[in-house]
Amino acid sequence: MFEELSARFEDAVKGLRGQAKISDTNVEDALKQVRRALLGADVSLEVVREFVEEVRQKAVGAEVVRGVTPDQKFVQVVHQQLVEVMGGDNAPMAEAEDSPTVVLMAGLQGAGKTTATAKLGLHLKDQGQRPLMVAADVYRPAAIDQLRTLGEQIGVDVFSLGDDVKPEEIAAAGLAKAREEGFDTLLVDTAGRLQIDTEMMEEMVRIRSAVEPDEVLLVVDSMIGQEAAELTRAFHDKVGITGSVLTKLDGDSRGGAALSIRKVSGQPIKFIGTGEKVEALQPFHPERMASRILGM
Amino acid sequence: LGDDPLTPEVLDDLETLLLRADAGVEATDQVLDALRRRMNEEVVDPAEGLRFLKQQLCNLLEAPIQDTGTDLLAPERGRLNIWLFVGVNGVGKTTTLGKLANLAVRSGYTALIAAADTFRAAAVEQVKVWGARSGVPVIANSTANADPAAVVFDAIGAARSKSTDLVLVDTAGRLQTKHNLMEELQKVRRIIDRLAPEARVESLLILDASQGQNGLRQAMAFAQAAALTGVVITKLDGTSRGGVALAVASEARLPIRFIGAGEGIRDLRPFNSFEFVEALLANY
Ligand SMILES: Nc1nc2c(ncn2[C@@H]2O[C@H](COP(=O)(O)OP(=O)(O)OP(=O)(O)O)[C@@H](O)[C@H]2O)c(=O)[nH]1
Ligand SMILES: Nc1nc2c(ncn2[C@@H]2O[C@H](COP(=O)(O)OP(=O)(O)OP(=O)(O)O)[C@@H](O)[C@H]2O)c(=O)[nH]1
Ligand SMILES: [K+]
Ligand SMILES: [Mg+2]
Ligand SMILES: [Mg+2]
Repeated sequence: MFEELSARFEDAVKGLRGQAKISDTNVEDALKQVRRALLGADVSLEVVREFVEEVRQKAVGAEVVRGVTPDQKFVQVVHQQLVEVMGGDNAPMAEAEDSPTVVLMAGLQGAGKTTATAKLGLHLKDQGQRPLMVAADVYRPAAIDQLRTLGEQIGVDVFSLGDDVKPEEIAAAGLAKAREEGFDTLLVDTAGRLQIDTEMMEEMVRIRSAVEPDEVLLVVDSMIGQEAAELTRAFHDKVGITGSVLTKLDGDSRGGAALSIRKVSGQPIKFIGTGEKVEALQPFHPERMASRILGM
Repeated sequence: LGDDPLTPEVLDDLETLLLRADAGVEATDQVLDALRRRMNEEVVDPAEGLRFLKQQLCNLLEAPIQDTGTDLLAPERGRLNIWLFVGVNGVGKTTTLGKLANLAVRSGYTALIAAADTFRAAAVEQVKVWGARSGVPVIANSTANADPAAVVFDAIGAARSKSTDLVLVDTAGRLQTKHNLMEELQKVRRIIDRLAPEARVESLLILDASQGQNGLRQAMAFAQAAALTGVVITKLDGTSRGGVALAVASEARLPIRFIGAGEGIRDLRPFNSFEFVEALLANY
């Protein structure tokens, strides 16, 4: 695998070839290429800068063992650092001691929240649980119909109070129902919102207070550009996220957002969306993501 | 930028700004190289340098618009117009269509919506809400997963019989890498050309301003499948600047026609390259 990576970084590391070790002076070109690759993959600039510095520190003066050339060593450091930042092992979804476990979905417009809600609903149902989905988006035309249709498809109950009731009240009523009727998990779908929309962000905080979630999942479109870092920071500061779902990875975006989200929030990416269908949900694997970001 | 000379540090700041606006490494390198060349030729003060940069970006965006010979896109009166809305999932196709239906009615056109997203859950209900907001009828097929081309067929028939000015076609979101879905779109496009050869067809790619470098790939692939004639950039009410539009305009040679800046029915404006560039470099 590292041979493959080395090949991709052919130009990047050619300055390192034939050198005795990686040094402050010979590493510059290679770092520049890493920067380009990460920016091309839509990693946020601030995260790229930090990451490149970390790689520099780990690479310069790194012990080069017999049989490993400095250029190979460099590529190894980049890949390892990516995997490390993106969280080592896969992190499972939270589970409350007393059911129901409450999961709040949040994110920008069109990111894939409603679809991810249904995907999680199906995933939990397949594990033998009884989830309840709550339709707390009262703004988007036919948002409730969308969740209801998906609920019917997967055989999971949907709770709604129509679109004339405040989202925080709907969420609270959904929680009461889940407690009364012994549901295991409450999945709260919310309306898309921009992180700079103060009113809508305050609404999100009220929804959070109403249900005190065990898990707040930021749903992010993997095609997102530089905005990833700011988006994550704002949602994490104001609402407090516990993880994220990266969607639409069935396309050919490089998905650099994964690095930005993880680095800015410190919270794990828990699932990825790999299709429009309700089955298309997978656990997140840092190794695979690292290779994807580097363009393998 | 102020009174500083156009130093390497200032150029670095400009680079940061362009990269953060999703202009991409290549486009950023290109425009900054042009600026550097200019600085080598003569002494350029910062104000002049910035003006030069903005002019470069404007030219890039203007070229494809000029090629079409129309500054402001509008349906042609006294003739059938068909506007097709395409793009990847969740970018704002249906919302943009809803806003344009409203604009059309306010401008005195008769309009009709073809609900050709027969796939996504409640897509038809969503577009019906938008139609109702402006009193525009919606042609739909209530069977799940109906053939989108058949819906378009029905809509064109209905438009003919009522001498409708404008048919707005909503399509399902699809990632450009999905071969079968792109073929399905191609079929929709073919049916329009075959059934209504007399119509003026606009095929619009909806591009989300928050998207990064994948936007260019989208433009290239949809241009092939749907014979694109233009682009709409949505969600510019956020902090994303939509810099990938620079690459889309210069490499896919597509004119940008409208921008979306909100979820409300009136949150749509004709594209203006000057304003767009000013907003793109707004920190300065
Ligand atoms: N290809 C693909 N499409 C997806 C995926 N997840 C969601 N989508 C599609 O993306 C579009 C938007 O998804 P929604 O679930 O409606 O997004 P949302 O965040 O709820 O949108 P709002 O409620 O309007 O903010 C739909 O067309 C979905 O089918 C995915 O993993 N892959
Ligand atoms: N803030 C903001 N939100 C927008 C804008 N345009 C659309 N949206 C929102 O983005 C989300 C997706 O919009 P849709 O019109 O359903 O997108 P679509 O491309 O039709 O989605 P699919 O049919 O699922 O592929 C909705 O929540 C819209 O309200 C815009 O200009 N600004
Ligand atoms: K999006
Ligand atoms: Mg939704
Ligand atoms: Mg739609």
